[in-house]
Amino acid sequence: MEVNQYLEMFIEESKEHLQACSEHLLELEKNPDDLAIVGEIFRSAHTLKGMSATMGFEDLADLTHKMENVLDAIRNEKIHVSPEILDIVFESVDHLEEMVMDIANGGDGKRDVSSTVAQLKRIESGEEAAPEVVATVATEDKQQVSSVLEYDSFEQTVITQSAEQGFNAFEISVSLREDCLLKAARVFMVFEILEKDGDVIKSTPSVEKLEDEQFDQQFYVAFVTKESAEDMQKKLLKVSEVEEVNVATINQIQFSEKQQYEASQEAAATAIATVEAVETTDATTAKPASAKSTAPAKADKSHAPVGNKTIRVNIERLDILMNLFEELVIDRGRLQSISTEVNHGELNETVERMSRVMGDLQTIILTMRMVPVETVFNRFPKMIRQLSRDLNKKINLEIIGAETELDRTVIDEIGDPLVHLIRNSVDHGIENPTARRAKGKPEEGTVVLRAYHSGNYVFIEIEDDGAGINRDKVLSKAISKGIVTHEQSLAMTDNQINELILASGFSTADVISDVSGRGVGLDVVKTTIESLGGNISIESTQDVGSIFSIQLPLTLSIISVMLVEIEKEIYAIPLSSIIETSIIRSSDIMNAHNQKVIDFRGKVVPLVFLEEIFEVPRKELQDDEFHSVVIVRKGEKLAGLVVDSFIGQQEIVLKSLGNYLTNIFAISGATILGNGKVALIVDCNALIK
Amino acid sequence: MTNAVEQENIKVIVFQLADKEYAIPVSHVQGIEKLMHITRVPKTEKYVKGVINLRGVVTPIIDLRERFELPISDHEETTRIIIISLEDMEVGFVVDSANDVLDIPASSIEPQPEVVGSLEEEFISGVAKIDKRLLILLHLEKVLNPLK
Repeated sequence: MEVNQYLEMFIEESKEHLQACSEHLLELEKNPDDLAIVGEIFRSAHTLKGMSATMGFEDLADLTHKMENVLDAIRNEKIHVSPEILDIVFESVDHLEEMVMDIANGGDGKRDVSSTVAQLKRIESGEEAAPEVVATVATEDKQQVSSVLEYDSFEQTVITQSAEQGFNAFEISVSLREDCLLKAARVFMVFEILEKDGDVIKSTPSVEKLEDEQFDQQFYVAFVTKESAEDMQKKLLKVSEVEEVNVATINQIQFSEKQQYEASQEAAATAIATVEAVETTDATTAKPASAKSTAPAKADKSHAPVGNKTIRVNIERLDILMNLFEELVIDRGRLQSISTEVNHGELNETVERMSRVMGDLQTIILTMRMVPVETVFNRFPKMIRQLSRDLNKKINLEIIGAETELDRTVIDEIGDPLVHLIRNSVDHGIENPTARRAKGKPEEGTVVLRAYHSGNYVFIEIEDDGAGINRDKVLSKAISKGIVTHEQSLAMTDNQINELILASGFSTADVISDVSGRGVGLDVVKTTIESLGGNISIESTQDVGSIFSIQLPLTLSIISVMLVEIEKEIYAIPLSSIIETSIIRSSDIMNAHNQKVIDFRGKVVPLVFLEEIFEVPRKELQDDEFHSVVIVRKGEKLAGLVVDSFIGQQEIVLKSLGNYLTNIFAISGATILGNGKVALIVDCNALIK
Repeated sequence: MTNAVEQENIKVIVFQLADKEYAIPVSHVQGIEKLMHITRVPKTEKYVKGVINLRGVVTPIIDLRERFELPISDHEETTRIIIISLEDMEVGFVVDSANDVLDIPASSIEPQPEVVGSLEEEFISGVAKIDKRLLILLHLEKVLNPLK
């Protein structure tokens, strides 16, 4: 098998399955009795195991297998979910993640997991098993059954009447093997056996759905017959690829009871005969199982409609598509100018129509690159869980707006800064439970991760209700580290002081902890975000909490710019930094200590002559009476960029200058114009000090 | 040649610069383009002529004559841009003309003659004598780095 071809797909899918495992494990931790969740985890693990075995990653398959055994034991209620067990399973998932990452980085996915494996084995062998499960021994006739199926009054009547005529009413659950190929065929065989011996009253899912294979592995049937439960079970187990058959008596009393219980949903019951397919030889020694009636939930979930059909596309292919499309845009530009020259009616019309189609096409190509931030956010619940354990803090993570979409390129970059900020919030923000109680706050701290669109930007906020930023401490630290002087600090606003923690070489923790003291400060976060064309700001109130707010451009690939000309050279100035354009007279230019400035609406704004900055070669000196000025801003500061003329506003595709030309002063990238030539994009942030 | 069996050949692109012939392994050559519009990039080295639009990819262009501090000449009809890819960089070299593709035996490559005192010698990884032609093999890493 040509492995490389599938490697990328394998890695992507493994990551997804592991993510699903983590999510469900967190859910399971909250509802330890919900076996449907265990089923979900088991499914993911099972698929992962199969995939890794096929791809030849034996270690990965092996560890998954061990984990699967534990899950299976939980699923079959041999052992009970406990925090200790979950810890080990989480640990296994962590190991698996590391292994997959290793494979993704070109490694062989090998890793020393012996201690985890040993613990998994210990759990599996039942040392952790809760004794009360084993203790319940069932005798057939006294069984009460929690009804998986819901019966309407008509069906109830049928069951009651057939009971009066000496029929047994059973509720049968049939589980097919996971690798069952022709599920519909097995269903047909099961029904054939059933209908020979009695009558099927009801099935979940419905017969139509069963025939269409619209079910997972399990289905339920209400059945009246003169046969005994064991006989039915044995008969049904003869059908190949049937893994498990449970036959339970439907107790008529239960109907009335059930109605009473329904409100509280506490129908306690036990199944009578649980026999696994492997143990058919000894069907009479039925194993007891405490049925906590979670099965219907599982059945319902598995019938949720499958989401939109999607296809996985390599981002490189999208980039190629984008490049080809740009070529097309350039040719369109040429066609347009030709058609204006020729002035041919039909040609004009065709070019016009083509332009419209291409506009639509552009929108589609761009939206194809959009990914919900969920892909980044979903790794945080597990991280928070781990952090709160490591730090002995109680933390509740709320995620809002995970569906907000961002360009793939931004998504790839934003993960690490977010990890950093969340760690910061948990480590420095949220206090330990004792301190929180002392402050009159709930013991459990809350971290809110929020994403939303606003205009052409996406905002991501990390809010915590922790200690907030201690202004005095930050200031004294900043002064001692020489980041600001004492005099400077007096004039600083609260927000400016808060933002000092983003300065390089700054850490507010008194003791360097394992969590955030990794030698990298928040300055890295700031740099990364700014390199994405974004912005980060901090709001904080002491003892109330902090909000870190990140503003990001919707996409990195397309921006609106103002094209300007300086002696035949065309430059693009991002519209996001432009306040307005204006034409000024030479006589309006003033000199303030060697800096030319203008009065712009009562503000003194320094002028930047782009031809000087960019050393544009001039054939002859110009001495115009009027100057075209683009007023740009960086934060609160303004500057006027002097150019020869304005060309106009345009949407452009952002291109990098490549790896050879890096860090060119005041140039943030390039774009390709309609005529096929390259224009450079002005980095206004570099021009304003 | 007695050991012809073990003879390894290197396929190279041969190009002309001033009065000499140079060679680059074909494995590093992405393509040869005719001269096109170059957009000047300010505040870069003098030998960086700017960037071109190479089928949608912005590619920097280095004038090899200026890089080697050879006398500057006007661009002719034969002037070509050789697109080089090295590690994760793609760069175009402006050369006087691109002449040939040749197989040169590895054994014919000799270390650069030490007598040469011109600046270009530090960019040379060796010379190869094929018949009467003397080919200068470029040391691409050194031509591209350091960018100072």
